[in-house]
Amino acid sequence: MAQIKAVVLRAAGINCDMETEYALEASGAKAERVHINRMIEDRKLLSQYQILVFPGGFSYGDDVAAGKILANQVIHHLAGAVQKFIDDGKLVLGICNGFQVLVKAGILPGNSSAKEQAVTITYNDSGKFEDRWTYLAPQTDRCVFIDPGQQIYLPIAHGEGKVVTTDEATLEKLRSDGHIAFKYVDKDGREGPYPVNPNGSMDSIAGLTDSTGRVLGLMPHPERHIRHTQHPHWSRLKDKKGGDGMTMFTNAVKYVKENF
Amino acid sequence: MRQWRFEVFNRASFPDVDGSRVLDEIKELGIESVEAVQSARVFLIEADPSGVLGGCFDNKFAERVAKDLLADPVCEEYYIGRSGAPAGLAKATLIEVHLKSGVTDPVAESVMAAIADMGITVSNVRTARKYILLGGISKSQSDTIAKKILANDCIEDVIIGSETEPPSPHLKPYELKIIHWPVCELDDEGLIALSKAKDLFLNLTEMQTIQKHYRELGREPTDVELESLAQTWSEHCVHKTLKSSVDMKINGEQIHFDNLLKETVFKATQELNKDWCISVFADNAGVIEFDEDTAICFKVETHNRPSALDPYGGAATGIGGVIRDPMGTGLGSRPIANTDIFCFGLPDKKLEEIPKGVLHPRRIMKGVVAGVRDYGNRMGIPTVNGAVYFDDRYLANPLVYCGNIGIMDKNKCFKHPQSGNLVIVVGGRTGRDGIHGATFSSGEITHEYETIFSHAVQIGNAITEKTMLDVLIQANEAGLYEAITDCGAGGLSSSVGEMGKDLGAEIDLEKVPLKYAGLNYAEIWISEAQERMVIAVKPENLKAIKKIFDDENVESTVIGKFTDDKKLILRYNGQQVAEMDMDFLHRGVPKYSRKAIWESQQLSEPSMEAMDDYGDVLLQILSCYNVASKEWVIRQYDHEVQGSSVVKPLTGVDNDGPSDGAVIRPRFDSDKGLAISCGMNPLYGDIDPYWMALAGIDEAVRNLMCVGGRFDRIALLDNFCWGNCTKPETFGALVRASQACYDGAIAFGTPFISGKDSLNNEFSCEDGTQISIPSTLLISAISVVDDINKCVTMDAKGVSNLLFVVGETKNELGGSHYYKIHGQIGANVPKVDLETAPKIAERMAEATAQGLIVSCHDCSEGGLAVALAEMAFAGGLGIEADLRGLPKSDDCQRVDTQLFSESTSRYIVEVEPEKYDAFGKLMLNLPFGQIGKVTDKKSLTIKAQDGKTVIDLDLDSMKQAWLKPLAW
Repeated sequence: MAQIKAVVLRAAGINCDMETEYALEASGAKAERVHINRMIEDRKLLSQYQILVFPGGFSYGDDVAAGKILANQVIHHLAGAVQKFIDDGKLVLGICNGFQVLVKAGILPGNSSAKEQAVTITYNDSGKFEDRWTYLAPQTDRCVFIDPGQQIYLPIAHGEGKVVTTDEATLEKLRSDGHIAFKYVDKDGREGPYPVNPNGSMDSIAGLTDSTGRVLGLMPHPERHIRHTQHPHWSRLKDKKGGDGMTMFTNAVKYVKENF
Repeated sequence: MRQWRFEVFNRASFPDVDGSRVLDEIKELGIESVEAVQSARVFLIEADPSGVLGGCFDNKFAERVAKDLLADPVCEEYYIGRSGAPAGLAKATLIEVHLKSGVTDPVAESVMAAIADMGITVSNVRTARKYILLGGISKSQSDTIAKKILANDCIEDVIIGSETEPPSPHLKPYELKIIHWPVCELDDEGLIALSKAKDLFLNLTEMQTIQKHYRELGREPTDVELESLAQTWSEHCVHKTLKSSVDMKINGEQIHFDNLLKETVFKATQELNKDWCISVFADNAGVIEFDEDTAICFKVETHNRPSALDPYGGAATGIGGVIRDPMGTGLGSRPIANTDIFCFGLPDKKLEEIPKGVLHPRRIMKGVVAGVRDYGNRMGIPTVNGAVYFDDRYLANPLVYCGNIGIMDKNKCFKHPQSGNLVIVVGGRTGRDGIHGATFSSGEITHEYETIFSHAVQIGNAITEKTMLDVLIQANEAGLYEAITDCGAGGLSSSVGEMGKDLGAEIDLEKVPLKYAGLNYAEIWISEAQERMVIAVKPENLKAIKKIFDDENVESTVIGKFTDDKKLILRYNGQQVAEMDMDFLHRGVPKYSRKAIWESQQLSEPSMEAMDDYGDVLLQILSCYNVASKEWVIRQYDHEVQGSSVVKPLTGVDNDGPSDGAVIRPRFDSDKGLAISCGMNPLYGDIDPYWMALAGIDEAVRNLMCVGGRFDRIALLDNFCWGNCTKPETFGALVRASQACYDGAIAFGTPFISGKDSLNNEFSCEDGTQISIPSTLLISAISVVDDINKCVTMDAKGVSNLLFVVGETKNELGGSHYYKIHGQIGANVPKVDLETAPKIAERMAEATAQGLIVSCHDCSEGGLAVALAEMAFAGGLGIEADLRGLPKSDDCQRVDTQLFSESTSRYIVEVEPEKYDAFGKLMLNLPFGQIGKVTDKKSLTIKAQDGKTVIDLDLDSMKQAWLKPLAW
């Protein structure tokens, strides 16, 4: 594939689009930030890209619930285009607010038998927005964005990041069908209470993937850790390697390169 | 038209976050009988059931709206209509909180848009919150809960237990009636009475000047003309006190200034004449060079009065407003960082000690932090630096300083509005919110202000500002406008007036888009509704710029044009309602002369008993609110959005040590950085504001040096918050501080590039007693970092590394936290040695640039002992220190003085043993000494000169003492 094209979807209140665009560019993709109005005007626009990113921010101010209004827009105007994008074997990444949108639009966990939305993302147990760094342990080996077994360190910054399901059966299905992409863990890889699990997510879930492994949504921000000086105590570290978040973008670009 | 009511509740198995918060706060109020609180979100949707406006809003559609949009299918359930109290519970109180008519309701706007996405246009949406309190409470208790916790009188209405809701706010359209406020025939008493009656806050001289002007014109002014003058001449807009001529008696000696600001703060900038200063004290923010292509602008504002009345809304619009300053500087910049510094009363103050008309400091603090959090985070601007300061004198007048930094092309730092340009208002609509904000913020506050000035509170909507920013950046890149400025204090009156002051302007006020009907022309002109900017556009660019705005649903409206006759013409539906001379409006304000007095106080040093062990004292100081960790605040701010953070506000092995300053990397394509810091210490001002100001400058500079900022590129901002400056003693303190600003700026070579003042921060209690804030000068500083990879942080890094103190410790415990915890103030305030301090700072920058140091922390509140403790627990490493190595003055021989003196210009530096020689060489001829080393012992031990151990504490106990007080 000559030129890998990624699109970072903008909307009112989206605010992590520039650094996400930069991370994609740094991974070798040609990235563009496009407003959702353009996508709605021209439903074919999306098809020229291979990677679609719903970036972080506060789409529509988190009014009603985080990601809800944008999800409603996607459902009513872009559902077909996004579904085709996924069916075409392309990649979708939702970060923070983008993850909330994917869940509330029913795109994640995705392809499950449940008709009704049975998973959601709600208020942190702490009742407030928090910016802190978290260790993430991958739970899947079939998500194209993720290096299996490789624990990573990324920041979260959200007030509504608690992943919950309607019931235990739904949660069990997430586990058994391999939808859990990442869990919050401590430095040594163990699950734990707050602040290890910063928002009270069931099963310490930090991210979900669909059954194809080509759609990933996560609360932490990979685009905020793509170089060593973004690490919160980089000044203590001898190892000046790049940031842990970069792999998600490079893996995505690599996948497209190899499959298109 | 039918109104549908929707209630959305949490399902029982999911925590009710809002309800739990309210319950906690009720317990904090001391009301124990409430057992549980259930909260619900309420939506009132008016729709046409017949379906004339698109689809048919019938029962089925209402179910869809509830299920698919309003309620979360997993953790919430809904009720269409009004649900009663839970069955079987007799002791339930229902309280509903509705926004007052006309208050911006962003959620309602989003819901309207979302329902439109679902296919139906509804005519109105309102939102409310409903609380069900379980447990026996009295009527007066429910009133207290409603007033103190659930609702804010200024913007919200409370309905307790009632079955009704506020009527739909359908306002009558406005019919033009031109009103004159005659002044020509009034006597002095009449002039004052008019100024008072109309909340103009104009004094007699100003009213007389206006009277003379209109007598010459031979006509009476209209209401909007007088309002314009009041806004433009307000303290908030022209800073007449700081620009006044001053006769000052300083310790008996008489001195004179023709213009205080020009002869102190501004004069330093002129004399320093740095070629990297691009625009200073001229635009909405000060502008300096960043690199070859880009410039940085920085502005800090205060939003004190609104935050006292409505902490959440006041602080939110404070940050929202200051963001628009860099957005409106030159041809507009892109905001890249926020700063915030707050001053509050002590959070553990007893409820009965709070004066009438004042909110509890804890409520103010929680509201202010939440306001800055929600607005700043939504804007996607990292909040990277700040401070929180506590003193009981801020009880009635909390201070909320909000700062914003922007980045812009170097060739777009100036505006060029021309006659013939169209005046376009962009962004939010205009409502009644914030009317008289500029004049309100210039007067003294009393216990009645809460009711009188409720309309002065502005309501913000961050997303409106963000979408406006998104499109303005595109319009700027395309070069489609000639000038831009924000609608801040004074609204259109200030922005259009300011942009057109050398040209002239004609405005048709009926064209200004309104939030709701009913505003008269004067209200439209002076409204301080948020999220609006004014741009000047060439007619030939109109189509192209409108397309950019329309493409992202941002409203923009041509409301008039700039002319060349230096007249301000206001019309409403073609009828002229004002004709003003721009020169009189902008240059007619009479010049003030003020008296000021400064007498050095006769203070003495307390006699302190010497102790064998200062461990407990250190723990006590670490637990002082001013010293204690602000993690609870910092983590609520997104300090990493935009991916630019290099030195974060929290640092160290557990990400919780207190950084001295922040560093960001504004450009993805460059390793050049920007260091940001602040300095402030009102306690020193109680002894001498001159030394307080210098200590603030030194502290801000130190904090930049600690993280790796360049010494020769430091720019400063001043923000004066003072008491009533018509009192010569209070004003005298301000003059002293201004003199220090000049002396400090010259000595350090650090120009001031922008500043702002907020005066008259006094509160009159019901019984007539007055509470004045301490004289509070905030110094904010920025500097360029040549290579962010060389930045250092304050946490101890490696076992066996050597620790040095650079800078001399003197017998300067005056205003220290050591004295404070003993209830003393003392006399020996820290004095900056203007000869040595800049040399030390310069050499520290050099040490970092050469890579000689691995960590650096400045000594400030709590002195050496606190700084060592912080370095140790932030790094998770022990420190062994020995006071024999401490560079100190001859009169600094006592152990407590050495440990806790707050002498300025001191840095603790960690150096790897192999860099010792190079470091020592660099520090030659400066006061510096090795004070100890880093160990793996997990404790801090300090030995006195006689070899005895005076502090021996484990890291954990120090850290806990420091973390606990504000871990809410």
